[in-house]
Amino acid sequence: MTADRSESVFEDYKPAYDAQQAVTEANRCLFCYDAPCIKACPTGIDIPGFIRKIATDNLRGSARTILESNVLGMSCARVCPVEVLCVGDCVYNELGLPPIQIGRLQRYSTDVAYERGWTFFQAGPDTGRSVGIIGGGPAGLACAHRLRRFGHRVTIYEKRSALGGLNATGVAPYKMRGDRAADEVDQVLAIGGIEVRTGVEIPGDVSWTDLQRAHDALFLGFGLGSDTMLDLPGKDADNVVGAVEWIERMKRGRVDLGGIRSAVVLGGGNTAIDVVRELLGLGVPSVTLAYRGTEVQMSGYEHEWSAAKDAGARAAWRVAPVGYEGAGVKVLECDAAKAPIAGTEHTIPADLVLVAIGQSKLGSLVQGLELDVDHGRIVTDATGATSRPGVFAGGDGGNGGKEVVNAVAEGRDAAVAIHAWLQGRS
Amino acid sequence: MPDLTTNCAGIVSPNPFWLASAPPTNSGPQIERAFDAGWGGAVWKTLGQPIQNVSSRFGAIKWKGSSGVGFNNIELITDRPLESNFREIYEVKRKYPGHAIIVSLMVETREEWKEIIARSEDAGADGLELNFGCPHGMCERGMGSAVGQEPKINERITGWAKEFAKVPVLVKLTPNVSDILPHGRAAQRGGADGVSLINTIKSIISVDIDRFVPNPGVAGKSTNGGYCGAAVRPIALHMVAALARDAEFNRAISGIGGITNWRDAVEFMLLGATSVQVCTEVMLRGYRIVEDMIEGLGTYMTEHGFQKIDDLVGRAVPAFSEWGDLDLNYETVAKIDPDKCIGCHLCRVACDDGAHQCIHPDPNGSRVPVVDESECVGCNLCQIVCPVDGCISLVPVENGFQAATWNDHVTAGAALRPKKGSH
Repeated sequence: MTADRSESVFEDYKPAYDAQQAVTEANRCLFCYDAPCIKACPTGIDIPGFIRKIATDNLRGSARTILESNVLGMSCARVCPVEVLCVGDCVYNELGLPPIQIGRLQRYSTDVAYERGWTFFQAGPDTGRSVGIIGGGPAGLACAHRLRRFGHRVTIYEKRSALGGLNATGVAPYKMRGDRAADEVDQVLAIGGIEVRTGVEIPGDVSWTDLQRAHDALFLGFGLGSDTMLDLPGKDADNVVGAVEWIERMKRGRVDLGGIRSAVVLGGGNTAIDVVRELLGLGVPSVTLAYRGTEVQMSGYEHEWSAAKDAGARAAWRVAPVGYEGAGVKVLECDAAKAPIAGTEHTIPADLVLVAIGQSKLGSLVQGLELDVDHGRIVTDATGATSRPGVFAGGDGGNGGKEVVNAVAEGRDAAVAIHAWLQGRS
Repeated sequence: MPDLTTNCAGIVSPNPFWLASAPPTNSGPQIERAFDAGWGGAVWKTLGQPIQNVSSRFGAIKWKGSSGVGFNNIELITDRPLESNFREIYEVKRKYPGHAIIVSLMVETREEWKEIIARSEDAGADGLELNFGCPHGMCERGMGSAVGQEPKINERITGWAKEFAKVPVLVKLTPNVSDILPHGRAAQRGGADGVSLINTIKSIISVDIDRFVPNPGVAGKSTNGGYCGAAVRPIALHMVAALARDAEFNRAISGIGGITNWRDAVEFMLLGATSVQVCTEVMLRGYRIVEDMIEGLGTYMTEHGFQKIDDLVGRAVPAFSEWGDLDLNYETVAKIDPDKCIGCHLCRVACDDGAHQCIHPDPNGSRVPVVDESECVGCNLCQIVCPVDGCISLVPVENGFQAATWNDHVTAGAALRPKKGSH
């Protein structure tokens, strides 16, 4: 990973705790029983448990408690939208008191574990079974790690040059920079016995048939595809770019913002908000989020949009793009049903337009596997099993695009299901 | 504003708040600053043959980030020359004639007691406090708690002091005994005008778990210290109350032990203390805490219609009863206020694991747990662990049984209600 990356200018939006700050915050925790924060965590981390261990100076145990449930707990501590998950459900909210800063405490514990090189997990005795994992993002890594603990052999097939998935290529750098995601990949792989094959496209480079021949089971964790683009006049201009693609460029290398005085981001979701904050952070003077609905209708989190506004974000509500031109984005105003109103066309000036309206689904990739796909999403049961025996799935490719922590939970749980399935066949 | 003037065993002070004999009363300039801050009296750091102290001397219990809820020390009596102490006592008394200076004393022989009492009175002491309590260092030399633990020696030395003293004599008692009553009574037989209690409790405050040495460490070793601070208050309250309700004991009490604020002071006074002495909280926060103590006590007295200190002293003593005189038919159950409940379920786990398994998850799925009142014994644990003020209350239940104590039951066969929670 190059050191000279555009994302490197970003500082942590939520700074790390030092030891005294962490213990002070940990001591505030009420140590709830049957705690709402645990129920709000997709990976079900024993949150009161790991926090109590910070307070008692059992940091090794604290980190182990986190990573036992969520082997990507270090990155989740940074990237989870805790405001709508664990922290949002902290009982202190009910008391009108500041909720426990669970994410920051989890970051403290896991950072200490990383700094001190603590390891907690060993691979199980070799079962002789092999599982192929397609996609080395959070779901695939969580699945691989848990499978190794069971003693199964694992190969990860990743089309990029490095593992990490969106943690490495998509996370807003004021939450986590790519080097930290790489550290976490190393930590996951440290369990040993995970074969990594990068730069491999499935099924182009290795066919499904070959994969099934090589492995006793498969896990599909390939996430989402490229940015959804709008088929509008001017769409091929150089200054109209997909947001996810632009973020990846910014995180893995450099983006050239020379001469960019204003930018428009199309969309109302969290990727749109992220990219607004990133453009502002990189010094673009005027960044406008343009969305068909109103502020309350946008799907992005309120706390994220609030932070974007604090950073200077502008907004154009109830507008639909109808074309790109050199000077900016041509839009029509929309009615309450988000439908464009004829005759209201005007232009929002922009030197750069980033399109953040979603990503394609990759269900078509699995045509050769003959399993159920719904609107591009791989259909699974609650354990992660697809309609085809021995093939499991998790992460954005199945859930359509959720948080990193959801991908981790699904990958981990699929590993449990794979283990059971393999045992049933022995 | 009510009159806070206090007369404890004949020692008069403008308010009941005295500094206990300890580091905050080590010197004249300190006590002058304390009186300026508002303290009504000061018990001078114990005089005797000056000693040599160690480094370090103090240790503390840290609880959820707050240090000093429990505290201990291995410091001994004054290490300053007696002449300096007496000169400063004289100077402070001259400048602050309306404040009480009680001189704490600890010597061995009858002749030494005679001499040091005379010199204390010459310097202007308003009263004397015989230190029969110190549980570390001095007791190894036959003084302090070594005296306080032997009623006969206590009585004899108290008798000497009373023989020589013209000013009132308080005997400071040690809590390092199984029952305080013989010791208070011994002081009374010796002629003491009052007692002050408790002195500190023998303790090891903590252990350095990496160096394998108890704290506070002194060149790789440690020794037992005297435990004090807020954590000892319940022990002190009990001992004060035990003497206050004793039919035989009838002397004034100066209450000591974990007093941090006016509320703590009121508790001691309601259980029989006329004055109260404070050390640890001053060591941790400074003399300035007395401003709130004076104001808080005054407001409390006004709200309760108390005009003078004697109006509240001992008001809770009649309610301090033997277990056998408690009403066994009085029944309460826990009620959870659903509007206040935040869903932490600390009550549920406490009841499940530490009480009587009668608080359950709501079968309808709300966040508010449900109390099975048919099983609830009214033990209070849920209320104690609940983090929300006023959320859980213990509500009396009408069960149709007349009040009946255990003593009523065994002596007169009074009917008792059916037991709960004994499944």
